[in-house]
Amino acid sequence: MILVWLILIPFLGGLLSWQAERWSEHAPRWIALGTMLFVLVISIFLWLTGDFSLPVDGNSQWLLEWRAPWIPRFGIEIHLALDGLSLILVALTGFLGTLAVLCSWREIVQRVGFFHLNLLFILGGVVGVFLALDLFLFFLFWEMMLVPMYFLIALWGHSGSPGQTRIRAATRFFIYTQASGLLMLVAILALVFVHFSNTGELSFSYDALRGTDVPEPLAFWLMLGFFVAFAVKLPVVPFHGWLPDAHAQAPTAGSVDLAGILLKTAAYGIIRFALPLFPEQSEAFAPVAMTLGLVGIIYGAVLACGQQDIKRLIAYTSISHMGFVLIALYSGSELAIQGAIILMVAHAFSSAGLFILSGQLYERIHSRDMRVMGGLWSRIPVLPGFTLCFVAASLGMPITANFVGEFMILFGTFPGAPVVVVIASVGLVLAAIYSLLLMQRVHYGPEYRTGPLKGPDAREYGMMLTLLALTIAVGLYPQPLLDTTAAVSAPIAELFTGGADLAARAGEVN
Amino acid sequence: MMAMAVILSFLFPLVGTLILAFSAGRLGPRASATVGVGSVGLAALATLWAVLTHTGGSQGVTLWNWISVGDFQPTIGLAVDGLTLVMMSVITGVGFLIHLFAAWYMTGEAGITRFYAWMNLFVFSMLLLVLGDNLLLLFLGWEGVGLCSYGLIGYYYQNSANGQAAFKAFVVTRIGDVFLALGLFLIFMELGTLDIATILARAPELWEPGSTTANLAALLVLGGALGKSAQVPLHTWLPDAMAGPTPVSALIHAATMVTAGVYLIARLNGLFLLAPDVMLLVGVIGAASLLLAAFAALAQTDIKRVLAYSTMSQIGYMFLALGVGAFDAAIFHLVTHAFFKALLFLSAGAVIISCHHEQDMGKLGGLWRKLPVAYGGFIVGGAALVALPLVTAGFFSKDEILWQAMAADQTGLLIVGLLGAVLTGLYTVRLILGTFHGEPGSDHARHPEPGTNVFTHHLPLVVLAVLSTFIGAWIYPGLGELFPQAPGETTDSGHTLLQVLAMGAAIAGLALAGWLFLMRRQWLDDIARKGAGARLWTLWHHAWGFDALFDRVLVRPWQWSVRMLRFDFINMIMNLPAVVARVFNAGLVRAQNGRTRSYALVMVFGATLILVALALAPGGGA
Repeated sequence: MILVWLILIPFLGGLLSWQAERWSEHAPRWIALGTMLFVLVISIFLWLTGDFSLPVDGNSQWLLEWRAPWIPRFGIEIHLALDGLSLILVALTGFLGTLAVLCSWREIVQRVGFFHLNLLFILGGVVGVFLALDLFLFFLFWEMMLVPMYFLIALWGHSGSPGQTRIRAATRFFIYTQASGLLMLVAILALVFVHFSNTGELSFSYDALRGTDVPEPLAFWLMLGFFVAFAVKLPVVPFHGWLPDAHAQAPTAGSVDLAGILLKTAAYGIIRFALPLFPEQSEAFAPVAMTLGLVGIIYGAVLACGQQDIKRLIAYTSISHMGFVLIALYSGSELAIQGAIILMVAHAFSSAGLFILSGQLYERIHSRDMRVMGGLWSRIPVLPGFTLCFVAASLGMPITANFVGEFMILFGTFPGAPVVVVIASVGLVLAAIYSLLLMQRVHYGPEYRTGPLKGPDAREYGMMLTLLALTIAVGLYPQPLLDTTAAVSAPIAELFTGGADLAARAGEVN
Repeated sequence: MMAMAVILSFLFPLVGTLILAFSAGRLGPRASATVGVGSVGLAALATLWAVLTHTGGSQGVTLWNWISVGDFQPTIGLAVDGLTLVMMSVITGVGFLIHLFAAWYMTGEAGITRFYAWMNLFVFSMLLLVLGDNLLLLFLGWEGVGLCSYGLIGYYYQNSANGQAAFKAFVVTRIGDVFLALGLFLIFMELGTLDIATILARAPELWEPGSTTANLAALLVLGGALGKSAQVPLHTWLPDAMAGPTPVSALIHAATMVTAGVYLIARLNGLFLLAPDVMLLVGVIGAASLLLAAFAALAQTDIKRVLAYSTMSQIGYMFLALGVGAFDAAIFHLVTHAFFKALLFLSAGAVIISCHHEQDMGKLGGLWRKLPVAYGGFIVGGAALVALPLVTAGFFSKDEILWQAMAADQTGLLIVGLLGAVLTGLYTVRLILGTFHGEPGSDHARHPEPGTNVFTHHLPLVVLAVLSTFIGAWIYPGLGELFPQAPGETTDSGHTLLQVLAMGAAIAGLALAGWLFLMRRQWLDDIARKGAGARLWTLWHHAWGFDALFDRVLVRPWQWSVRMLRFDFINMIMNLPAVVARVFNAGLVRAQNGRTRSYALVMVFGATLILVALALAPGGGA
């Protein structure tokens, strides 16, 4: 039942803060903050009390499970389940949700209630995505994230660069994700029908569909249907077009959620659905996926260097970082997949930090254009130092979590695909270039305008310090996270090498 | 006991960094300096304690398991042996003296807290680099010192050129770091561990000497060493790095960080011995860097750039020693070089501050009477740099390197080393004459304000000057038993001849310099001013044009591709459906114009088209 509450709390909190605007301007903020903290506390409680060791044979892989019939005629259930990976991502959602509320404290002054309704509905949808096991329910939550995000960008977004309105950015975001979601729906339905014709049972259940024997060319297309849906969200080049605009035009809270959590739903989807449902097809597809990952790493990095809008720059770096994740997921190495999970968490922290910082800059100088920045180090206290820290994290400096994630990915992928790792390593140099370029253009150099600007208040300082402390804590001691997800990553890695292992074992027996 | 001392040695600078970083301007300049200098002083005391309680061999302590997934088990673990202690002593000892001098040098500068925060963080990272018992922790320190170097080169950030220099330093060394990282991936895949002691034990068991894997691993590690240690071709960042405050140049870009590559190769000696071809390459690169930088040093006018090229040249000697398998000689020279180069840089700093940030030799001159302490520093440090026989530390270490090259039968490397010694004499004399003798070139040099603080100005210079004499060579413990046998340990034939040659080269350099710069000054200036001489001067002044080459081959194509891709052409292609839809939309909107006449026209047109199609279709018509 606690799983149901994890999903319901954000939705209920959203409705409540929408109505709370009648009482006072601040009420929605406090309610939203309390709601997200509540989610965070529940997930931390689950984390502390859970047992995440590899399941003994016969035991369930799920830490918690909850199911109830929904539309029995079609075999659709409300089936929620939680394991180490979903728990970590739910906790991350709670944490970044809290930050999203906090960083909008001053930024959002119009329709405060409705803003928080949308914000919390996004987060509720995300939690649902991380918990849903029924494919129909998963699709429902997947789509449910979109609509409030659309409103968030369209109603509270920044005005964009010339010719780029926030409506247009929101529409593009919507069309991209909607169209790709449609592909996934088709793939889900096809899979269900194949399962039906095989067994005579109509079911959307993850467990039932996992073993489905799909005839060959179809199986590949179905895998592709899932992959494209997730690739758009991750995003993978060439499906990345929505991301820079959406990021640049979204309010800070929107950017934080987009980069921190929404992109992670895609990686989660690949781990949870695309790989286990179609292991052989995915293994055959792995070289293509890794190549796309490489293209993302390099292309995202090169484009990041060419941006003048600070938020667009950070957006393109996300594409680059997610390229590493994609490579890891298709590497078939437990070390790399564990690294991908660490990098997902690390990227959530570092990109959230950078987006919040650019939001704070925007509140001070009312621009995201780096050409009108420069020399800010001497004008603003403290913030430049934090920027340097998060920039260092984003370029993968050791002691940050990003380093641990990236290097685990590279160490894990190297034995299987050395060439991929060599090319991906070029991304490490490019990461240094774009990260320091940001530093250079914004904080170093001669002052573009003079006069001191206001330093961070306790709220801003606290957010930055928390993010930084978490980044370093995970960078120096990632083991708690790794232990939590080990039981998830190991079976995923075995999907690829499983056939070979079985053959080897059979050989020994003979 | 020793573990405690070692942990304290890097905790002090870390705590110093944290205090300074979180003070957020609440600490005054004096308090910042006290914290910054004090923490490194305490670190030096802790190191001394560690040295005294070290009982020989390699002692380790594991703080915690960093990551643990399957075979991948890097720890936060420290290993302490003689080499570590020597490096720690240099880092904290020389580091403390430089921090102390910085208290004088940085007086009145804005952002002094930031300066000391970076400096302390640097000492912390550098200590981790030499203490790490596995390559991943070493890599942590390795990247950490790079970041600190970035922060300190760009210390005067308001000048864009300094930011550029910092950027360049970071990116160029990062290229080397990527090679090192790839080396780590390869080593882990092949040997299943990153623990240094285990690697050194396993590699000879699993790898054939001279095998491709061994060569590749050594080559990749070498790539990392070249970047950090500013050797050809990844050296271009070092001269520009002089944009940082002079104590930074002394600590990071002379005494410690740039020697990290030497430490790395010496630490992984077993790996390199399995790759004889790469060993030779190490020596050749060292020799090339040595000569190239020595020539470049001859044609600089900025005193800090002379010293920068001289650093690169001296590290070239260390690489030469590593290349012939004389690891102990390389570390020996690393230590003496740290002493005398720190002394030279700090003396240069004394000159620069006294002359109001003037560092162009053309505008200095005639200072020897007015700045006696700095002049003394230059004389003693310069003598050690030139390896003046018997009285200087530099002589003993450089002599050892040349002897090892000779004993290893590397005549080519030996000749380059001797030639380098002559050139060293030339540029050193030119540097000292240009700075301290002749006519002052500007008002700043005519009325310098000498440093007077005994504690923060005189003391560091005097201590380093003492260490730059034979005393510095004498306190070096000798690490011969830690390393595989060096070529010079098995033979002694020709040692005397070599010593005569080495002394001869140093003195020949000095004599030639004296003759050229004192007797033939006018003639020399004329040559350098026109024709081939001027072209040679330009070539050397720009250090053989590496910057221009990289600019053409790498930087401009990169900038071009960034400009070309800026508008995200893949995204534009993906937008085509939207464009097509819009065109159709426009067309259909025009069709719905509400005029009966045009509707009728289109209808007739369509009907005709259908009839024609029916008539032409197979089986249709008649």
